[in-house]
Amino acid sequence: MTDLGWLDAGPIFGLPLPELWFGLLFVMLGTFLFLDGFDFGAGAVFATRDSEADRETILAAIGPFWDGNEVWLVVFGGALFAAFPSVYAGLFSRHYLLLFGVLGALILRGLAPEMYEQRDDETWQRWWGRAFVAGSVGAPLLLGVFVGNWLLGATTALTLGGALTGLTVVALTVVSGVAFLQVKTRAGMDADLQRYGEGAIAAYLVAVVLTLVALGLTRPGLVPTLTSPAVLGLVVLTLVLAGGYVVLLRQGRDVAALAASAGLTYGLATVVALLLYPTVDPASGTSVGEAIVSTLPLNLMSLGAAILLPLVATYFVVLYTAFSGPIEPSEGY
Amino acid sequence: MLDPVIASRLQFAVTTIVHIIFPVMSMGLAPFLVYFTWKDIRTGKPIYERLRRFWTKIFAISFVVGTVTGIVLEFEFGTNFAAFSTAAGELFGGPLAVEGMMAFMLEATFLGIFVFGRDRVSNALYFVSSVAVAVGTWLSAVWILIANSWMQTPRGFEVVNEGGQAVVHLTDPIAAYLNPRFGYMYVHMQNAAVESVALFMAGIAAYYVFRHHVWGYQNEQVDFWETTLKIALVALLITAPLQVLHGDMYGRHVAETQPQKFAAMEAVWETESYVPEYLIAVPTDLADITDPRAKDLFGLGIPGGASWLASGGDPSAEIQGLDSFDAEAPPVAIVFWAFRAMVGLGFWFILLAFWGGYRWWKGQLLEDDLLHKALMGSTLLGIVAVEVGWIVTEVGRQPWVIQDVMKTSAGVSPGLTGAEATLTLVGFVVVYALLLALYGYVVVRIIRNGPPGDEELDSVEVPDENREVPPAGVTNDD
Repeated sequence: MTDLGWLDAGPIFGLPLPELWFGLLFVMLGTFLFLDGFDFGAGAVFATRDSEADRETILAAIGPFWDGNEVWLVVFGGALFAAFPSVYAGLFSRHYLLLFGVLGALILRGLAPEMYEQRDDETWQRWWGRAFVAGSVGAPLLLGVFVGNWLLGATTALTLGGALTGLTVVALTVVSGVAFLQVKTRAGMDADLQRYGEGAIAAYLVAVVLTLVALGLTRPGLVPTLTSPAVLGLVVLTLVLAGGYVVLLRQGRDVAALAASAGLTYGLATVVALLLYPTVDPASGTSVGEAIVSTLPLNLMSLGAAILLPLVATYFVVLYTAFSGPIEPSEGY
Repeated sequence: MLDPVIASRLQFAVTTIVHIIFPVMSMGLAPFLVYFTWKDIRTGKPIYERLRRFWTKIFAISFVVGTVTGIVLEFEFGTNFAAFSTAAGELFGGPLAVEGMMAFMLEATFLGIFVFGRDRVSNALYFVSSVAVAVGTWLSAVWILIANSWMQTPRGFEVVNEGGQAVVHLTDPIAAYLNPRFGYMYVHMQNAAVESVALFMAGIAAYYVFRHHVWGYQNEQVDFWETTLKIALVALLITAPLQVLHGDMYGRHVAETQPQKFAAMEAVWETESYVPEYLIAVPTDLADITDPRAKDLFGLGIPGGASWLASGGDPSAEIQGLDSFDAEAPPVAIVFWAFRAMVGLGFWFILLAFWGGYRWWKGQLLEDDLLHKALMGSTLLGIVAVEVGWIVTEVGRQPWVIQDVMKTSAGVSPGLTGAEATLTLVGFVVVYALLLALYGYVVVRIIRNGPPGDEELDSVEVPDENREVPPAGVTNDD
């Protein structure tokens, strides 16, 4: 028996580890919703493009990034499993069919661009193009429904709050997707993209308000949190960021607009975390402190994350630096 | 509608059996890609650029399909095996989370640079990317196999009753994660991946070499395929003998730590000494098909062989029979035949490797049409060997999901209905059949299109200073 007693003695770094991991989960979820979100949003914009050149540009824009972006979902799932296994098990088995829908959409979304590039004929590309769009819209929609149902403690797949959360997330992915494509493309799609961006941000604001109202009506217990200063502050921040997004997009400051959409996404993830806390699974009423694993594995995971997350951030900086700037015509998927 | 336990197990079986193909391809190809990239950058010879670009295409599609099918497996622990996830999550979830952060992230981000970034990054960063992808791929297997091997030889934990539920608590992480099985499993799996890819490369290369040299179809790229064949043969000569050597140690380890699995592998029902290693066992009655060594069998065995394997050299050693365990036996026929298929293939690969090596040494590698046919026929057999190997591992440990701690039937999600589980099982069978067909279609297309031709190489806009062939003996540092 190896002596690792110091890992078992109490939380390392003297931090409230259950809360820290609860927060970290939503950082991971938010990062996934932002990074893979703009891939999804680009996929939605793909549906509106008839020209072959535009379609190729969109695929080339997400090509180097999407796989790394999607890993954040795996990391979120893994962290939920590792830190709150009973919550992982409960949520995933309760929303069984919904999660299989998510998996189906992710399979389509991942496979379609590879397939699209395999052949030049029109029918083939039309169908794989549709599959790409279906996966790109379906995945955030169903994940949003999942998050909404999680918040509500729902045991059925279809709830009003869940459906509205799904639409909210889809709108948000289009917001980020537009900004991302603005960064990655030269003039050509500009006028259209700007229009889509403004439509999407309007849709997002409407959807988010409807969602919060629906959540409050379905689960009155959420009302105190919904009207708390923290949530109201986030609503104000959302309005500011939304306005900023529109202005920045019009001024052609695309990277800043993309950053504003990141702010919106993390804001939404924070609202979800605030609405859950102090429970982590409202359906069973389990609190963060009850569901967390014991001290030893939690300390190990925290050490692991403290070392690994900065490394992972470095990989992303290297990747995004290597592929900064617009897509060149010679670049393909 | 199927029982949720049966449907969940079948679903997990279908999704794992299909998924494993893609990690095998990417783990096996990764070291080759590092080598090709290194040689491409160092020598600037077009052959290495061709090799890198051609095999990268197959790597990329394998990685994509591996990603989407891998997320399915992670989710299935929650959706279908919630009771297992709740009970063992503290030990089992950690490695999965670390795999995502430590390995999968490395692999996925640097693959973006490796596949799309040849013209965008320096030679040094490009080479680093190929190494990062390979390291990520191999580290993924480390963490996944830590999780799996812990279920086979669980250590470093205690079972605690929490609210009427038995829950596994981690007490000693080093004992748990570096459990006795891990090393055997990792070496065997990683070597199998490289061996499978070597066979895959050799089989395809043999086809083109054969068409050119034996059938007389002119192939401008035949030097590409000859080089591929030679590189693959070298890899096969290293991996094939190793696979059987550590496979033997692995088998002995199983006999020590999971005697019930070993008994199923040999279909030994009653505890006996001097047990023969049956090469063939044929029931005279079809009713006995599920039990290869029931009474009235015709069997051909090496006397004392199984005892010799289990004990590491003593042909009279005792093997504990399946009847002596409290738990019900795993499906014996599946384990028995899968084990024979794996071992038989392992020896076949050694024969192929030595045969090819001998012909090469004699300078007849390109003319031996029988060897070419044997290699072509073995293109996918490495992957088949991996599949049957995993069937031995996973079916053989039944009825346990965690050896001697938790039964598989107790691990299934409590609320899961037969209808849900059956519906998704059917869904997965259809989707995965389509995925496999598409993957096969794409890989065959890539192979048919062949390596990039001269025009394609010339069209690549690589800055001249990176592309110049250095004079002999001078290396080109940037």
